[in-house]
Amino acid sequence: MTAASLLARVLAEPDRAAGLDPTAWNALIAAARAEQLIGSLALRVDLAAVPPTVADVLHDARDAAIEQRRTALWEAEMTRRVLAPLGVPLVLLKGTAFVAAGLSAGQGRHIGDLDLLAPRGVLPAVEQALLEAGWAWAKPDAYDDDYYRRWMHELPPLIHRERDRMIDVHHTILPPTARPIPDADALIAGAVPLGNGLSVLAPADMVIHAALHLFADGDLAGGLRNLWDIDHLLRECADDDADFWLKLHARAAEHQASAYVARAARLSARLFGTPIPSAWNRPRMSDQLFARRLLARDDWGRETRPATRLAFYVRSHWIRMPPLLLARHLLIKARRRAADARAR
Amino acid sequence: MRHATSIRVGPIGFRIGSDFAAPIAALRALYADYPKSTIAHFSVRLPASAPWRWLIRPAVAIEGDYMLPDAAPLPLAQGLLAAEMAMNLQVALGHRRHLLLHASCVERDGRALLMTGESGSGKSTLAALLGTRGWRFMGDEFVLIAPESGDAYAFPRAISLKNQAINVAERACPTERFGPRLIATPKGDIRHMVPPADAIARMDEPARPALLLFPTFGEQRDVRPVGAAEAFVRLTQASTNYTALGERGFRTLTDLVERVPARAIDYPDSDSAIALVETLWRDL
Repeated sequence: MTAASLLARVLAEPDRAAGLDPTAWNALIAAARAEQLIGSLALRVDLAAVPPTVADVLHDARDAAIEQRRTALWEAEMTRRVLAPLGVPLVLLKGTAFVAAGLSAGQGRHIGDLDLLAPRGVLPAVEQALLEAGWAWAKPDAYDDDYYRRWMHELPPLIHRERDRMIDVHHTILPPTARPIPDADALIAGAVPLGNGLSVLAPADMVIHAALHLFADGDLAGGLRNLWDIDHLLRECADDDADFWLKLHARAAEHQASAYVARAARLSARLFGTPIPSAWNRPRMSDQLFARRLLARDDWGRETRPATRLAFYVRSHWIRMPPLLLARHLLIKARRRAADARAR
Repeated sequence: MRHATSIRVGPIGFRIGSDFAAPIAALRALYADYPKSTIAHFSVRLPASAPWRWLIRPAVAIEGDYMLPDAAPLPLAQGLLAAEMAMNLQVALGHRRHLLLHASCVERDGRALLMTGESGSGKSTLAALLGTRGWRFMGDEFVLIAPESGDAYAFPRAISLKNQAINVAERACPTERFGPRLIATPKGDIRHMVPPADAIARMDEPARPALLLFPTFGEQRDVRPVGAAEAFVRLTQASTNYTALGERGFRTLTDLVERVPARAIDYPDSDSAIALVETLWRDL
């Protein structure tokens, strides 16, 4: 059993924490930090029932999560003030959306960049307004910049010069080169207003976004945290709405995301015991591989299973780009790495 | 990891693992008198920087729970420095129980003298010397301020002496224990000194901050009072977690600068610095 498996078990069944020995605690803390799940762990575990050193670590993680939440909401507010005059729809995504909407998925969650969704047509105006209000391009490199604008679903990342916070402005939730093509207009049309000019995705769309982000984009590095989001979203949405699973089924089809959402639900049930309808729980052989990748973290917090990780790395490029574009992209990146190495 | 050890320094426990035996053996020798921590607050990893660097020109990477993306590896012979840097990094980026000040600290009669300044200001050397002259050494890198009480907690890791400070300390403290001399590291020559026995035995005892000094080495003897506002701004720059602590950090720091008198001191050599410190302390 890897340290990440232990982490998944304790997150799902926090009472198990009481029986851990020091070796297991060291492994659990290292894995939770590496997977950026230490804040979530800190909120799940009863701090009165753990050894004093563990309580120190988890108290610090709770404090850090509270501070990250405050910072994330402040950054959303600062952005709202700059963009409000444009009068365009602005949808918060991921961690900031979870805390702004008061969802359980936001509790203890690590939040890095501010992720925002806006209609594609207004992106130039949004970018201009941000640049005039103190944001600057974080990657001032011509190829990267051009790559983002042509092939990505977001503007090149911008960073605020004084607050040192990044913002990713998306026009949809997957790169246009990826196989499924979610309906971006429907995402924005269905968004739920927060009452301050910002909104968040509708519950089913939030799950679909999380599932596509994890399984249709990227190599699943650090993906355990995304699956933990999915577990919480599924539990909370199903509690709030008896028809949630039917709505999720229909909505996933509209976004060409059915297979990805189904996999997300199965793996969440497999690793975190999420209650899912029996019709959703028809395991595939490949689930085993995905679980193996998601749990590739050892008791020192290092990534393990290099072959599995390499396979998913190759897959991530394969599903994101057509072969010729991929070849060109890898060639340019390799040349640049070689040039950087010579310069050093 | 193949080789591992654990060390507790003040309120912080570390678990340190490496692919190599040498850095772990060196740490065990340097930290022989320190307590262990069965559960660590932080994990530090010193792996080979690439698979072949285990054999050819062996080099250690600086890794752990918290990492900097562009931390350059160090040659195996400088493994102790790699461990020191990695341990500092965990504390600087991960520790939140206390407000961290990048400062050295000594104690007498339950009251603490804090010294902070740029690298080269002599704060490590002064703390090391005072620690063998009637003061208890509390740390040469971080002093930890408890948000609830305002008390200073010790972090008496092995003292990291650089360049000329090595000779000064070797001459002034001939009976203390030193680590190997690390030649031509990215920070110059380095030699670690094991703090005096009372510094380790009493490392869990806090002290009440009583005086804050901003020393500058190499000038004529001079003393200048530093107002609370200036001390506050200087200390925000000397703190690695002031921002991360949010309001708690602000309260802890404003409370400290309002309560504790601050002086900037210039000194031409360590003897005059020690005389100056004793005078200022007597006049408190």
